[in-house]
Amino acid sequence: MSKLGLIIKREYLAKVRNKSFVVMTFLSPILMVGMIALIVYLTKVNDNETRVIGVLNQSDYFSTDFQGTDNTSYVKFRDVDLEAAKDSIIKMGLYGLLYIPNAPNLERVAENAVFYTKDAPGSSVVTNLESVFENRLRMERLQDLGVSASDFNKLDLSFEINTTTFSGEQNLKGINEIKAFIGGGFGYLIMMFIIIYGGFVMRSVIEEKTSRIVEVIISSVKPFQLMLGKIIGTSLAGITQFVIWIISASLLLGMLVFIFGIDPSALNSGAENTPGLIGGAANFANSETTMQLYANELFKIPWAMLITFFMIYFILGYLIYSSIYAAIGAAVDNEADTQQFIFPIILPLMLAIYVGFFSVFNNPHGPIAVGFSLFPLTSPIVMLMRLPGGIGEGGVPVWELLVSIALLVVTFIGIVWLAAKIYRVGILMYGKKPSYKDIFKWLKY
Amino acid sequence: MNNILVANEVTKKYGNHIALNKISLEIPKNSIYGLLGPNGAGKTTLIRIINQITYPDQGTIIFDGKPLEAKHISMIGYLPEERGLYKSMKVGEQALYLAQLKGMSKSEAKAKLKYWFERLEIGDWWNRKIQELSKGMAQKIQFIVTVLHEPKLLIFDEPFSGFDPINANLIKDEILRLKENGTSIIFSTHRMESVEELCEYIALIHKSEKLLDGKLSDIKNAYKNNIYKVGLGLHSSNGILDDLKDKFQILSSEYVDNGQQLNFTVQLPSNDTGAFLTHLSGKANVNHFTETIPSANDIFIKTVQNKQPI
Repeated sequence: MSKLGLIIKREYLAKVRNKSFVVMTFLSPILMVGMIALIVYLTKVNDNETRVIGVLNQSDYFSTDFQGTDNTSYVKFRDVDLEAAKDSIIKMGLYGLLYIPNAPNLERVAENAVFYTKDAPGSSVVTNLESVFENRLRMERLQDLGVSASDFNKLDLSFEINTTTFSGEQNLKGINEIKAFIGGGFGYLIMMFIIIYGGFVMRSVIEEKTSRIVEVIISSVKPFQLMLGKIIGTSLAGITQFVIWIISASLLLGMLVFIFGIDPSALNSGAENTPGLIGGAANFANSETTMQLYANELFKIPWAMLITFFMIYFILGYLIYSSIYAAIGAAVDNEADTQQFIFPIILPLMLAIYVGFFSVFNNPHGPIAVGFSLFPLTSPIVMLMRLPGGIGEGGVPVWELLVSIALLVVTFIGIVWLAAKIYRVGILMYGKKPSYKDIFKWLKY
Repeated sequence: MNNILVANEVTKKYGNHIALNKISLEIPKNSIYGLLGPNGAGKTTLIRIINQITYPDQGTIIFDGKPLEAKHISMIGYLPEERGLYKSMKVGEQALYLAQLKGMSKSEAKAKLKYWFERLEIGDWWNRKIQELSKGMAQKIQFIVTVLHEPKLLIFDEPFSGFDPINANLIKDEILRLKENGTSIIFSTHRMESVEELCEYIALIHKSEKLLDGKLSDIKNAYKNNIYKVGLGLHSSNGILDDLKDKFQILSSEYVDNGQQLNFTVQLPSNDTGAFLTHLSGKANVNHFTETIPSANDIFIKTVQNKQPI
């Protein structure tokens, strides 16, 4: 076996046999599925809770407006004064008391209404109550203006413009967002992988330095071989972990659905609450035919191409970042000293994710999206968010893709070369915390 | 070809700092060569260049008659001063890994390890982790992985640090035995007593410069300055000391045995002792007369101090 092979094997086994790694590998899917189950359960519990609100209405209005809904019901109080009503609300343990005093006209009645609760009320409760008042007030004003309720309802409309490409294909609302979201998923995966396993590489370098074995090893192999073997071995361990996670999480999820009969679509309710646009897009897709169109559109996403480029950007991006992590590990003596160096690495990654979500979603081919998908430290994430739109006409221009990959390859060679230099000097420097200036000097050794 | 390693005007700079300035050395085969010098003199840099961990800016290294190149790595064994092992790796697995990195096959490494484990009486440690061993025990493992691949040249940087006296002796004997079996050894240290015991040749490096090198006995002879220790048996206090002080350079003197014996040290103008002994004869009995040979420690301190003002 070649020396590089030996190093890769050792790094892989050292990582895979590590107790905390094993625990994380097998516990994480259980924790994750458990969390999802808990969220689903809690959401259901939350939905099932019914709030009972007392209404003390002394006015001539609102006698029929407060109708119970799924999770709110109203109890009407009659012929009692406010204090007595409050007392009985507390005694009965009801959610709150809506007090509507009498006044000469509707406007004044509404203004003087008070909602009493034990603690500050939930915003959804208040919104519901407010909408009841708003509707009643609107009706009143419509009557004053002489507009009938049915005429008013006719005014309530929404409009969607049809959009097509020049070649006549119908564009679907939100399909860009869905595509970017899929690409974003890939990009996010790359970022997580870099942060988790780059950190592993760094800690492994620090461990070799503090245990003082590094000089023994580099008297047998070149420092660059050691660095490369470490990065590859750790990544293989990472990929193993990812595969185990994906397989066991889907098995567990399947079991959960089977045993508890949880509707998988209920899981999407969580996604809808995120600022992501899937939920918004799903709202458009109400009718069967639009659903069909979306499905067609998703099938049209060039998955093979996407996965190929995912692999290219993943490998290059990960190697760039993990060699920087290795250089940082070599430069310092303990993990506490790494903070000042890690921040500048995380920065472009975070920037890529945020730019991706805020700019690429809106305009996949705008100048910012193009710029960041060419810049090599952000391109692995941003370009993947643009790629589901396809390559060539209507998608990412071929030259942009080529330039982006070319820049990434050049940067990859440059960064790995620089990192290897820092690594080579750094692993033999003990006992002092280097500054950026020191590290810059090492490059000239 | 009598030299295992020759360095020709090796120079290494780190930025503006010169770590080695035109160092030339000849390390004879089948000998123990002491590389001496204060901390920061450049010893480690030189050793790292020999191990191809770093490369010289100028100058060449000849290993066994040929310019040093990557394949020589497997013929060199190196025990660094800053040394350690993977703490959470098992002893046997780790030794196999390091041996394979030096180019040994797994089965060959296993057989040799078995031999060494028995030799140093550590047979049952194979499945234990380094972190479960004491420091001295770990040092034994470290020594074994250094010599396991039977290199032609062994480089020990402060090999005895971390050993108790008994194990230090054990390792010293192993080093001597390796030399007997034909290995050439570079021995870097600032513990002079082990230099006296082990080294045939030395080189002294100070502030990136080589101050002296050669056979230890030759260097000692060169550093002799004709100082002799003399013991005289006296019949009576006959003023011989005053007489001697008149004619020779007496460095120190003392009477012992109630004035029956005079001990003194004298520095003679040359190594011709005849005139001095003739002068003494008839005046007193010479009980002992020995030349003081400087210790390696004396030479070390003297040479370094003389160079200091530069």
